[in-house]
Amino acid sequence: MNAREEILSRIRAANGREAGSMTERQRVAILEKLADRSRGPLPTMDWEPVQHFKERCIAMMSTVSEVESLDGVPHALAAYLNGSQLPATGACWPEFAGLDWTGAGLTVEARPVRADDKLGITGVFCALAENGTLMFLSGEDTAGSMSLLPETHVAIVPVSRIVRIMEDGWDLLRRERDALPRQVNFVSGPSRTADIEMTLVLGAHGPFRVHVILVGR
Amino acid sequence: MQVSSNLFKQNARAQLANERVQKALRNAKGKLVVARARSILELDNFEEIRDAAARIRDFALQHMDVLLEEWEKRAEAAGTIVHWARTPQEVNELVLEIARKHGVRKIIKSKSMLGEETNLNHALEDAGLDVRETDLGEYIIQQFGETPSHIIAPAVHKSKDDIADLFATKHKRPRLNDITALTHEAREILRPHFLDADMGISGANFLVAETGSTMIVTNEGNGRMTTTLPRVHVAITGIEKVVPTLEDTALLLRLLTRSATGQSISNYLSFTTGPKRPRDTEGPTEFHVIIVDAGRTKVLASEIREALRCIRCGACMNHCPVYQNIGGHAYGWVYPGPIGSILTPAYVGIENAIDLPNASTLCNQCGVVCPVKIPLPDLMRKLREQQVNKKLRPWSERAGLRLWTWAATRPLAYAMLARMAARMGKWLGGRHGLLRRLPGSGSEWTSGRDLPAPQGKTFRDLYARQKRSAR
Repeated sequence: MNAREEILSRIRAANGREAGSMTERQRVAILEKLADRSRGPLPTMDWEPVQHFKERCIAMMSTVSEVESLDGVPHALAAYLNGSQLPATGACWPEFAGLDWTGAGLTVEARPVRADDKLGITGVFCALAENGTLMFLSGEDTAGSMSLLPETHVAIVPVSRIVRIMEDGWDLLRRERDALPRQVNFVSGPSRTADIEMTLVLGAHGPFRVHVILVGR
Repeated sequence: MQVSSNLFKQNARAQLANERVQKALRNAKGKLVVARARSILELDNFEEIRDAAARIRDFALQHMDVLLEEWEKRAEAAGTIVHWARTPQEVNELVLEIARKHGVRKIIKSKSMLGEETNLNHALEDAGLDVRETDLGEYIIQQFGETPSHIIAPAVHKSKDDIADLFATKHKRPRLNDITALTHEAREILRPHFLDADMGISGANFLVAETGSTMIVTNEGNGRMTTTLPRVHVAITGIEKVVPTLEDTALLLRLLTRSATGQSISNYLSFTTGPKRPRDTEGPTEFHVIIVDAGRTKVLASEIREALRCIRCGACMNHCPVYQNIGGHAYGWVYPGPIGSILTPAYVGIENAIDLPNASTLCNQCGVVCPVKIPLPDLMRKLREQQVNKKLRPWSERAGLRLWTWAATRPLAYAMLARMAARMGKWLGGRHGLLRRLPGSGSEWTSGRDLPAPQGKTFRDLYARQKRSAR
């Protein structure tokens, strides 16, 4: 017996079943459970999603600025970078190639991120209010390393894409895509560790800082 | 990992005498216990969610075969190459085979406790491969040539000064004296390895049957890099990690990170489903997952199967008064604390970890905090029973219990012996009525305090006298 068959038959034996003893009905019942996607009990959520998202971003040590429309993003970003004395040069996802970065005094190129980039600009698939979380799908135009390798990650988040919880994020994904991409990442604030004396340090391997620019009302 | 669980008493004594370890444990205990208590308050129906989590895990255990088959079908449809391993040796052989096939020289690793079980790093190093742990705690431990002392905070027993000395020697740079600077130095040292490694190895917190995904929870970002940057990826994971749906995973995650570190959510939750897609610009070209038994089916078939609900948060150890005093290394294998006292005997043999199920006062702190409601004290009690039934307890304990049984089942003899003991106790207690020193293992108890001596009369004597005078 190969390893697969042996392990599976040991599992069946441990659960008091012989191979093939499961009726088709029983199997279908389990498969239905996989398909029904029912949610377990959720905590009370007596908050307004956008406001809560902002508060939770800050609690997770991200920073937030707000603009009325996409055109306002370059200036908001320039203000943030100047305020924090950060370099005004970096890369962005292709969907933001058309923004007037130079008009705001920034040098931003739409290209894959490089090892020495200090600034990476991305959009999001959606954002989850519950914990100030950004949800990313990997893909041709949405490379994950843009939000991972640079020291500063800036995420452009349309207010219309804020949902309440992870379960809502999964539902949105099922509605808009046929299948999962290679990787789905949920990001809540800058990279961190407390592995030395339980002392929190930001910027373990990923970004030192995450700045969220909320777009729209 | 080498098993030294039968040296528990010796190891525990050494850890108790180690001032550095004691200081680190005191520091960690306060922080983790308070952080968890605070963060679960965010969930107004914490107990309801906890009940649901236990049900999800039980469903997964009960239908593990079907869920794994479904997981495999969907993972393979997404291009994942699935392997199955019965033993730790088979895991290491499979990883080595994949490494050889791809001409791998350098490997970066994200945290995997299963990798510790199989001694994977040693197997890879023996084959001449360059293996780098990248979780900061694991990296520190690897540089020290030690093993983790905690499943979430592997280097919790090391002080800043220990690590400053280590980094100065290993990195050949000026000695740093600041935790932030030390963390960032490790970042600088490890970054180039992320970029030029040939293979990444990670574990999995969950296997999602609905989608064929593996998912990992990290804070540092090393898990994302490990699963994205090298050209080959291997995830190794136990069969018990399977859960039915994405919704179930979302629910379990609400409890996992809060129970582990007191965080409402970890920084990075990554769900990986197969290798790089045709149009993707990044990701490994081959994505392997090794599904591992290594003792788990044996536990599933046993009276301690609830232990397989475990989602590896570490809350049981953080809250255990025994762990809080002796730390993780005393337990002598991969998993310390209450869950380790159950899994270690189950995975490495009950005769190789005699003391562990007894290294507990059964106070049930662990059972109270466990997010999936594993009845940890009950399981330890069952293992103690097995030890007795298999005659694995020391002869002195067995003889003592036989003697006790003999007396306790003979009321007259029992009363007589008790009366004798009470009188002798009073006589030994002397003027102050205190026993300063007890014989045998009782001497450990009296080394720190005196035992109030019996007053000379047994309960039966007093009861009989009261009854007489009341008449």
